[in-house]
Amino acid sequence: MTEVLSAPLVVEFPFTRSLGPVQSAFLTGLRERTVLGVRTADGKVLVPPVEYDPGTAEELRDLVKVAATGTVTTWAWNPGPRRGQPLDTAFAWVLVRLDGADTALLHALDAPGPDAVRTGMRVRVRWAAERTGAITDIACFEPYEEGEATGHQITAHSGEFGGETAVTGIVAPARLDYTYSPGRAQSQYIHALSGRRTVGERCPSCRKVYVPPRGACPTCGVATAEQVEVGPRGTVTTFCIVNIKAKGLDIEVPYVYGHIALDGADLALHGRIGGIPYDQVRMGLRVEPVWTDGGRYPDHYRPTGEPDADYDTYKELL
Amino acid sequence: MTGEFRDVAIVAFAQTDHRRRTDELSEVEMLMPVLHEVLERTGLATADIGFTCSGSSDYLAGRAFSFTMALDGVGAWPPISESHVEMDGAWALYEAWVKLQTGEADTALVYSYGKSSPGSVRDVLTRQLDPYYLAPLWPDSVALAALQAQALIDAGDTDEPALAGVAARSRDAARANSHAQIGGSVPQGDYVVRPLRTGDCPPIGDGAAAVVLAAGERARELCGRPAWIRGIDHRIEPHSLGVRDLTDSPSTRLAAERAGAFARPVDTAELHAPFTSQEVVLRKALRLGDDVTVNPSGGALAANPVMAAGLIRLGEAAARVHRGASDRAFAHATSGPCLQQNLVAVLEGDPR
Amino acid sequence: MSNAPRPSGKEPVAVVGIGQTKHVAARRDVSIAGLVREAARRALLDAELTWADIDAVVIGKAPDFFEGVMMPELYLADALGAVGKPMLRVHTAGSVGGSTALVAANLVAGRVHGTVLTLAFEKQSESNAMWGLSLPVPFQQPLLAGAGGFFAPHIRAYMRRTGAPDTVGSLVAYKDRRNALKNPFAHLHEHDITLEKVQAAPMLWDPVRYSETCPSSDGACAMILTDRAGAARAPRPPAWMHGGAMRSEPTMFAGKDFVSPQAGKDCAADVYRQAGITDPRREIDAVEMYVPFSWYEPMWLENLGFAAEGEGWKLTESGVTELDGDLPVNMSGGVLSANPIGASGMIRFAEAALQVRGQAGEHQVAGARRALGHAYGGGSQFFSMWLVGTEPPTT
Repeated sequence: MTEVLSAPLVVEFPFTRSLGPVQSAFLTGLRERTVLGVRTADGKVLVPPVEYDPGTAEELRDLVKVAATGTVTTWAWNPGPRRGQPLDTAFAWVLVRLDGADTALLHALDAPGPDAVRTGMRVRVRWAAERTGAITDIACFEPYEEGEATGHQITAHSGEFGGETAVTGIVAPARLDYTYSPGRAQSQYIHALSGRRTVGERCPSCRKVYVPPRGACPTCGVATAEQVEVGPRGTVTTFCIVNIKAKGLDIEVPYVYGHIALDGADLALHGRIGGIPYDQVRMGLRVEPVWTDGGRYPDHYRPTGEPDADYDTYKELL
Repeated sequence: MTGEFRDVAIVAFAQTDHRRRTDELSEVEMLMPVLHEVLERTGLATADIGFTCSGSSDYLAGRAFSFTMALDGVGAWPPISESHVEMDGAWALYEAWVKLQTGEADTALVYSYGKSSPGSVRDVLTRQLDPYYLAPLWPDSVALAALQAQALIDAGDTDEPALAGVAARSRDAARANSHAQIGGSVPQGDYVVRPLRTGDCPPIGDGAAAVVLAAGERARELCGRPAWIRGIDHRIEPHSLGVRDLTDSPSTRLAAERAGAFARPVDTAELHAPFTSQEVVLRKALRLGDDVTVNPSGGALAANPVMAAGLIRLGEAAARVHRGASDRAFAHATSGPCLQQNLVAVLEGDPR
Repeated sequence: MSNAPRPSGKEPVAVVGIGQTKHVAARRDVSIAGLVREAARRALLDAELTWADIDAVVIGKAPDFFEGVMMPELYLADALGAVGKPMLRVHTAGSVGGSTALVAANLVAGRVHGTVLTLAFEKQSESNAMWGLSLPVPFQQPLLAGAGGFFAPHIRAYMRRTGAPDTVGSLVAYKDRRNALKNPFAHLHEHDITLEKVQAAPMLWDPVRYSETCPSSDGACAMILTDRAGAARAPRPPAWMHGGAMRSEPTMFAGKDFVSPQAGKDCAADVYRQAGITDPRREIDAVEMYVPFSWYEPMWLENLGFAAEGEGWKLTESGVTELDGDLPVNMSGGVLSANPIGASGMIRFAEAALQVRGQAGEHQVAGARRALGHAYGGGSQFFSMWLVGTEPPTT
């Protein structure tokens, strides 16, 4: 059995998130070093403020200002910070009930060690030096032993900050790293391609040849294993003419994107048709692969010069 | 619920050997043998199945529409009546149970699979969180569970030695489970996120599971001692940890009440508690005494293929009923940070 | 839950509330929660119900990568009043909006719950759908042609098979965009649309013109489904479900007919059997079908049994599918006029229900008594459909 392939897969995107009024006010407030909460119909103050009452589902819009000091309600010491977390040295995750709030906010606490952290300890917000209107405008919390809880000094707040532009959206970059392994059947297929051979697998039950093989015959639900080399020639079963440049692909438009049934295969695979003017490509055209150095897949398929295949010979492969 | 709903039973269960990595297998290559095994146990073929439902996650796989390729393992030809939830397979089982309640099908195939090995599951699960206030901080799944564990310790509900006891009991039980990823004597190890140590956390790995459901007489034809679903229900809680009482699981309790769980005592409970501390919460919510055998399979602490681990709890509880080791059992599944969403099923065997 | 003996057969399912957002390219004024909430609130208002009247929530959307939130129902539980209730999340690719409604309907039909909120959404402006669909998975051949390039070759195969003239696709787009002008929720409102403009649009993926493709939208759609008792209390006429089905076939397989997939035919046949329909062309008054590229209208007309094989394009060409035609199709403007991907299937189901309730406003088909809602996805492998009517089902 050939070696199983694997390679890194990075899934990364800067998501653009619009906030709605309550979250907009909260994040604008953080930028202005102010912590807002939202008051429910029964008078509870939720910090961070949410748009809808977790208990009743009613819409919440009654903003209030709370203190930047509070009390730890639970904590967990994180000896090994991970990418993206608020601090890059060991810290405590904490839930903090800010003075004036009835619920707790999750964030990091900068403390010298786990022995310096306890439930019930007093903390205060350490503001980030550069604030943009994001939860990370709170750099973290820090111990604040001198400050006793000084009652619930909440005040109503309009959610507006004296002419300053409100934050209405955030950009949330997210990156996850995976190691992708395509499994046995596809690994064998890709290995064969490196020798410029196209090797499919035959279903032991229905005898159909799958290219590329996926490890299972999808109609019979059984493993495929018998290797069958197909092609290299094949028939264009159908196609479209692409007039819009595909992102990240260095192909001049227009070009032809075709479905190609390689001789001996029971379903078509996809590829570019070249070596012929785009407006002369037709269903039934006989083609063969053209390889370029270093390419894992054929660069494109070109006409063989054979007569076109009769429609009846490939209509089942459409 | 008995008498109000159509009688439906779990009649077969199969699972992979759960392993840290399965690089040599694509998802469908990992799943397909399990599908074959569970169908063989009932003598059914895909064409005999009335409804098929699966559970999986694109985020775990790192690819959109990953479930569409897993369907290759079913052999969906001629076309089948089929659905998919982006949830643990326990909820796929629930959807299938509902389908059988409509009378449109008498049998159902339910499967789920998860490969945690390609990505970093601790980081992947941060993407489940509130995208505005939580996800930008990347609080990982162990960190959130540790906050819950500390709350339990502060409340006097448990302590570190007791948590170590849960870990030891689970790994000891897993000795008898040939599918388990880890078992036997496993050191508690260092803190991952204090107060949780390595031993308090589930192993990371890959696996798949499948069950067959059948209604009424069909269940008796397919299984010597069907595991009747006497009740099944699931409930969700607010998302934010800061508005919840982390020492309790009201959604588990409510689901259990709705499932008729407290009508009579159970002998067995398969709880989906990936962290030792979560077993403490669930025991309290489900009012489990010391006379109940909890997680005889070793539970998620012995094998935790994400998206399948909940369905496996239902399968393990049913398998004990099938072989006469249990007469009435709870099966529980969870989803979301710190037990946000919970499903409870009550399984019973016919009197012996 | 009563102790009364269980009645035999399925509980009839009624649609008593429908809500959707105004679909647009980007809803920058709301969060994801705010978007779904808007549709849900409108459905509750329509049904004159409150959050407390809802027993369970069933939510659907297309891949989580589109918004970059894994299993977003966890975060959305609060906004949808699901706390303390059961919440299910369905994902069956492009058909998901339809499948989600059917899962919710089964909760009522199986007498598990009395009243269920079902909702589907997509907030495409949070990312870029083509990014989500073409993650850089190693070893795989790069996607050569984008979304339209996947479907255009199948359209060419349809044209070859049926001899349809190449003008038919433009007729569909022209009709749907005009219909959209009568639907305040549609994304595209092209007031100056003409057939000439549709035909003059550039060919992106020949034979698919730019004007014959769907937009990328932010939007949500919600419905309240209930049982007979709930329907009796409804303030407005309900739509009754007469049949519903899902069918799946593999993604790619030897012998797959991409032009008219067997799963689509089987799904429609199941729905017609449940509803007692023997001649869909005569017995169904209006159709909302999932047409992301204009040519799929004639293709689905055949697949769904409204026309013989090879004849679907003739219905389109002769005006049968126009709003004032004999079998109106996509009265709302369809997916060609609004495509919040995960919600698009549910919008088809909801628009079918609006028609038989007589609530479709300017795009109402006079006297519509039975309407079909249709959704498909995953490279024509997943299908979900329902048939709704003005009268309760008799069986």
